[in-house]
Amino acid sequence: MRDTGVLIDASGVSKSFAVRGGAREVLRHVSLSVRRGEFVSILGAMGSGKSTLLGMLAGLWPPDSGTISVGGEPLRGVRSDAAFVFQNYSLLPWFSALENVRLAVQAADPSRSRAEQRAIALGALEQVGLGNAVNRRPGQLSGGMRQRVAIARAFATNPEVLFLDEPFGALDALTRETLQQELARLCARKERPVTTVMITNSMEEAILLSDRIVPMTPGPPSTLGAPITVDLPRPRSIPQLAHDEGATDVRAHVVATLTASLGRHRHRAVVSSPAAHELQPAHAEEGT
Amino acid sequence: MRNNSIVLRRLDVWARDTWRPIAVPAVAMLAFMLLWSHAAASVETTLGRIPGPVAVWQQAGALWADHVAERARAAAFYERQAQRNAVLLARDPSAAVPAVDYTGKPTYVDQIVTSLKTVFTGFLLASLVAIPVGVLCGMSTLVNAAINPFVQIFRPVSPLAWLPIVTLVVSAVYVSPDPMVQKSFITSAITVALCSLWPTVINTAHGVASIDKDLLNVARVLRLTWTTRLVKVIIPASLPLIFTGLRLSLGVGWMVLIAAEMLAQNPGLGKFVWDEFQNGSADSLGRIMVAVITIGLIGFLLDRVMLAVHRLVDFGATR
Repeated sequence: MRDTGVLIDASGVSKSFAVRGGAREVLRHVSLSVRRGEFVSILGAMGSGKSTLLGMLAGLWPPDSGTISVGGEPLRGVRSDAAFVFQNYSLLPWFSALENVRLAVQAADPSRSRAEQRAIALGALEQVGLGNAVNRRPGQLSGGMRQRVAIARAFATNPEVLFLDEPFGALDALTRETLQQELARLCARKERPVTTVMITNSMEEAILLSDRIVPMTPGPPSTLGAPITVDLPRPRSIPQLAHDEGATDVRAHVVATLTASLGRHRHRAVVSSPAAHELQPAHAEEGT
Repeated sequence: MRNNSIVLRRLDVWARDTWRPIAVPAVAMLAFMLLWSHAAASVETTLGRIPGPVAVWQQAGALWADHVAERARAAAFYERQAQRNAVLLARDPSAAVPAVDYTGKPTYVDQIVTSLKTVFTGFLLASLVAIPVGVLCGMSTLVNAAINPFVQIFRPVSPLAWLPIVTLVVSAVYVSPDPMVQKSFITSAITVALCSLWPTVINTAHGVASIDKDLLNVARVLRLTWTTRLVKVIIPASLPLIFTGLRLSLGVGWMVLIAAEMLAQNPGLGKFVWDEFQNGSADSLGRIMVAVITIGLIGFLLDRVMLAVHRLVDFGATR
C-alpha cells in the first residue's frame, strides 16, 4: 500500500485578518497532518476560512501562530515541489493553453530547453484530453477546458504535493463529474501518487476523491473537526456512492460532526448537505 | 402579404442599422452649418466679418493650393540646381558642385507634420518615463506614497506655466553650434511631455495595483522570478489600463501642443494660428478656423488610433 509517513504537518495554526477597528480571527488552533500519497479533503461552508488554511499549507502566506512543516522541514514560502489549482482557473488570459502550461514547466526548471518545455507541456495537456486545443487562449475555451488546462499546469511539473482550492466549484454538474474522475486518476498514478489537499464544500466530491475528510467547523474562528476516514474501494463513482452503505456512514459522520459544532454557531450556514435529489442516480430523474 | 411584411421589416432594419448612424449626424451637421453661417454674418470683428462655412472651406482650398504651389516651386528649384550642376560637372568633373536646400516658407501641410512630430516626440518621452514610474507605483505602496504628491501637484499645471522654465532650461543645456533640431521643437516637445505624463502614470499605477489577486497568487505558486512576473503577468494584465492612460495622455498632449507651439514659436499648427492672429489680414479668421477644424479632426483620429490599439491588447477578464 502507500507510504504512511507524514508529509504535511500543521499544528496549532491560527490566523487573523485586519478588519475595520481591529482584527478578526478566522482560524484558531488548527492542526492537521497529511500522509505521503494521501488525498485529504477539507470540507466546510463558504467563508469558513478554508482557502486561508490551504494558502498557509501551500506557503502562500504565513500563519500568525503555530507551525507548519512539510517533509520534516518548517515551511518557508511556496515549495518547488508543490502545485496549486485555483477555483477560478486563474490562467493567464494573454497566453495560449500551451504557453500557460509551458510557463509553469519553465519556472520549475529553467535549465530545460524551450523544445523540452513545450514537449512536457504538450504531454500534460494531452493527459487531460486537450491535445487539440493547445493553441487556444483561455477566452476561447469553456470553463471545463480551462480547468483542464489548470490541472495540466499543476501536473506538468510532476509535483509531490498538490493543493486544490475548490477546483470544480465553478463547473456544471456533468463537466464536474468527468473532471473529478480524471483528477482521481491523475492523483492515484501508481508510479508516484501525489499527496493532495483539496478544499471543497461538496460532501459528495469529498467522498468520491478522498482517503480522509476533515470537516471544518463554521467560524469565525473556525477550526478542524476530527478526520473521518473514507475506507471505500476505488474507483468510485457518484451513482454508486449514492447507494453505498459505507458512503452513507461517512456522510452521517460528517453531518454529525458539523451539526455538533452548529449548536455552537447556530447563525452560520452549514455545508451544502446532499439534498435527496442529488443522491439519486442520473437515470432515475429521467423516469419522473 | 407575408412577403410584403418581411420586406417592410427588412427595410425597417436597414433604415435603423444603416441609415440612422449616418443620417442623424449628417442632419445635425447641416443644422450646425446653417446656424454658423447665419450667426457668423452678424458678428463684426477688427478682422472683418466672422467667416461662414463656405469662406472657411475656400480658405482650406487656398491653403492646399499654396502647398501644391510651394512644392512645385521647390521641385523647380532643385531641377534648376541639378541642371546647373550638370553643366558645371560637364565642364570640370572634379568641380565642387553646390547642393543648396530650398528655403521656402513652410506650408500648412508642413506645419501639420511638424506638429505631429512634436506631439509624438513629447508623447514618447512622456511614455518612457510614465510607464515605468506607474508600474513601480502600482507594485509598491511605498513608491506610490512617495510619488503620489508630485502627481497630484504637477498634474493640474498648465503648459503655459511650464513653458518659460522649459525654455530657459533648454536654452541653457542644449547648446550646439549646429543644432540637429530646433530649440523651439525641443521646448514644445518637453512641455507636451510634462503635461501628458500624468494620465499614463495614474492609469498604469492603478492598472498594476488592481491586478487580480489570483493572478498574483499564480505567479507566486509557479515561483516566477521578478522579471518573469513583471513581463508575463503584471504588464500584460495592466496593458488595458496602460493604454487607457496613453490614450488620455496623447489627447492632453495634442491639446497642450498648440499652446506650447504658440509661445515657443515651433513651426507647427500653434505657430500658424498665432501668426495668422498677428497678421490680421482679411483671410486670417478663416484660416484660423481651418486650423481649429484640422486640430479637432487630427485629435479625433489620434484618439481612434489609440482606441484601436487598446482593443488589441485587451484580452478580457476570462482566465
